[in-house]
Amino acid sequence: MKAFAELLDRLSWTGGRNAKLRLIADYLKTTPDPGRGYALAILTGDLDLGDARPGLIRKLIAERTDPTLFALSYDYVGDLSETVALLWPAPHTRANADLSLGDVVERLRETGRAMLPGVIAECLDRLDETGRWAFLKIITGALRIGVSARLAKTAAGMIGDKAADEIEEVWHALAPPYRDLFDWIEGRIDAIATKDAIAFRPPMLAHPLEREDLAALDPADFAVEWKWDGVRAQIVSDGRGGAALYSRTGENMSRAFPDLAQGLCVGHAALDGEVLVVRAGAILPFSALQQRLNRKTPGVKLMADLPGHFRAYDILSLDGEDLRALPLSARRARLEEFARTIAAPCFSLSPLTDARTHAQIAAARMNPAAFGAGADGPAVEGLMLKRWDSPYLPGRPRGLWWKWKRDPFEVDAVLMYAQRGHGKRSSFYSDYTFGVWRAGALVPVGKAYSGFTDEELARIDRFVRANTTNRFGPVREVRHEPERGLVFEVAFEGLNRSARNKSGLAMRFPRIARIRWDKHPKDADRIETLERMLDPA
Amino acid sequence: MFRRPRERAAPRATNSDMNADASAQILTLTEAGLYCPAGGFHIDPLRPVDRAVVTHGHADHARPGHRAVLATGETLDIMVARYGETCFGTGQALAYGAPLKVGDTTVTLHPAGHILGSAQVAIAYRGARAVVSGDYKTRPDPTCAAYEPVACDVFVSEATFGLPVFRHPPPQQEIGKLLRSLAQFPERTHLVGAYPLGKAQRVIRLLRDAGYDAPIFLHGAMGTLTQLYERHGVALGDLRPLEAADKSVAARGGVVVCPPSATTDRWSRRFVDPVVAFASGWMRVRARARQRGVELPLVISDHVDWTELTAAVEATGCRQLWVTHGQEDALVHWAQQARGLAARPLRLLGYAEDGEPEGAA
Repeated sequence: MKAFAELLDRLSWTGGRNAKLRLIADYLKTTPDPGRGYALAILTGDLDLGDARPGLIRKLIAERTDPTLFALSYDYVGDLSETVALLWPAPHTRANADLSLGDVVERLRETGRAMLPGVIAECLDRLDETGRWAFLKIITGALRIGVSARLAKTAAGMIGDKAADEIEEVWHALAPPYRDLFDWIEGRIDAIATKDAIAFRPPMLAHPLEREDLAALDPADFAVEWKWDGVRAQIVSDGRGGAALYSRTGENMSRAFPDLAQGLCVGHAALDGEVLVVRAGAILPFSALQQRLNRKTPGVKLMADLPGHFRAYDILSLDGEDLRALPLSARRARLEEFARTIAAPCFSLSPLTDARTHAQIAAARMNPAAFGAGADGPAVEGLMLKRWDSPYLPGRPRGLWWKWKRDPFEVDAVLMYAQRGHGKRSSFYSDYTFGVWRAGALVPVGKAYSGFTDEELARIDRFVRANTTNRFGPVREVRHEPERGLVFEVAFEGLNRSARNKSGLAMRFPRIARIRWDKHPKDADRIETLERMLDPA
Repeated sequence: MFRRPRERAAPRATNSDMNADASAQILTLTEAGLYCPAGGFHIDPLRPVDRAVVTHGHADHARPGHRAVLATGETLDIMVARYGETCFGTGQALAYGAPLKVGDTTVTLHPAGHILGSAQVAIAYRGARAVVSGDYKTRPDPTCAAYEPVACDVFVSEATFGLPVFRHPPPQQEIGKLLRSLAQFPERTHLVGAYPLGKAQRVIRLLRDAGYDAPIFLHGAMGTLTQLYERHGVALGDLRPLEAADKSVAARGGVVVCPPSATTDRWSRRFVDPVVAFASGWMRVRARARQRGVELPLVISDHVDWTELTAAVEATGCRQLWVTHGQEDALVHWAQQARGLAARPLRLLGYAEDGEPEGAA
């Protein structure tokens, strides 16, 4: 447990992808079974031990500490798990402190709800500060260390010479603590026997299309599909009543969308599609889906208000037959045939567009409703162009699939605050809060930390340092007066109402499109411009 | 100047509650900080005074401009190194344990274990004794004399880490984290933020004791005080100023010790993808470490943690506990509730939260 706790601790501080991979791979390489397998399962989210409620943790610490000292400590630290990890009174002897991760996992899995508090307390007694912090993160299900299932699998492959996609292909046949996986990666066995089960298939991804690329394409070679403003996902059912919903990166989302996982356990297929929220036949704005995504396990009321929906656009296997080598034209026919057999209200087939020519394709992107999207038009965020002859290949192969997103929204906003970045950017002011005018004053409307080159970053950094009007820890207030300040052209994908921000607005994926050194803050946009861009809700 | 104190009126006391007590003649609180009426001197005064006893060389305790300063020889050296020869009128060195008559009192200095030369000030007067501990730590530190508990009636303590969430791990364990990271990321320079007085030398010494004998590169602000430590017999191994070194050597891994602020300063841009470490007791709290943009927090402190703090208070056998600065509420609560001591917070605002403006903790 000590080594795994140290790994989680290091990962929580490490930003770089390569550094994270090395930390995980080194851990897996040097840790014996079954501990490393349980560790991998915790990182990939395949081992859910997160049943402990904050109330239980609070009760345990209350039994052990002076209430005033606890209150002062919690107030200072600000996070319950961390406070408890630091404050937990350590027994004077830690003779049996070598609690292994395997012990922890097996104890927690065997323990019923009634005995859980005692087992948690005993584990906390036997761990040090970092160990307790990691343990509490695991049992409260709040890991938040910036490691995706995909990244963890990539790291596991690195201890041999297996690619993440190879691991994905066999992952469904495995269970923690994955002894056979490590045997295979480390070359002790040649292959893993896979049975047809609820397996995630690594998805095929598209390249962005620029307007000038379009002319070089022959529209007759392409299926032109809608690009939905939802979340890419894969639903896999085993024909025996089991199904799972996976994210694009292979995270199992079934618990967050039980309405989909249960509603679509029909048939025996693996489908590629989009998760949306559809109520009374209408696709709700992305903000509604965001509310579902924010909840690890949704309540009945939330699911009734915001029902999950799966819109399918590809089929990867059917009745145990792998269809991925077939051309899209053949897969589409099989998908349409399959879709006719599914009557679930949480399922639909993603229609093809009516666009057939270059001009129609360009027009459909601007006006989806006129090219077959109808009332779903506002939920379209662009087009997908997929070669009819393309097999389904994992990764992002060139020249087969294209995505052509609608133009982002843009506003001119004024830099108001700048914060130092992290990692390589820790000496640069690289995170920017910007605002627009409301009743003669600037009001912050968003934050962005991308969209500029290193040279531009260096120039903005110099500007921030030379125009600082106030400092708050790592944040600097930057001069923002009508005649003096810096204007950004900010691009974003959508706009929602939000009670969290002073402006009442929240942008989706804002980034700096251009730096307008030529403009004065007084030329920036007003809040009314943004309010006209609000998603219909 | 300390040998022949002149007769002078005691400064106005701001706390009348202590006046009834006999110990008020030993110690009272004035606008310039702690004052000993019976001896006619201040301790770590916050503004220039005639006569100051200085516990240690950190900037918030050792301020320039006093007419006469009494301190350990090391502390006087540090003050001169930082502020120049004219930073006080006269300096008088007092060895640990040697008694000195000052006014009607007898003053002795005792090792505080905080940094080189750090001392607790014990003041004896008519059978009563007060100890002003300054900043202190009780665990061993090879770069300074070991803390010595001193029995007293009134104990004046800091409470920088005066919350039970602060329990510092063994520093060797933290150095182990640094060494493992160096092995794991040998191509990345490890930029270790450490306060230039005390922490930097301790981190270097800990690295040497753990068997790290490669050259350690120093930021320009580190040189003077590090040399001073070496002159006082603290061996620190192969140290090289970064400026004079071949930058490509430093950019290919290894350890660079710099002031904490330098890790987020433009100075740090010369390193390609460094691992930024920070050695401080504050690294125990994640939000504090995150604010610093640290990738490798090292919980190494030159102050007592909660367990050591409460044990140190108990070991003095004091009846009264005065808390100068830090997280005083929790310590005062503990002293009153758990130990039945007369405890009060002084809330001396002049002492920086971090012991120094730049994270000496």
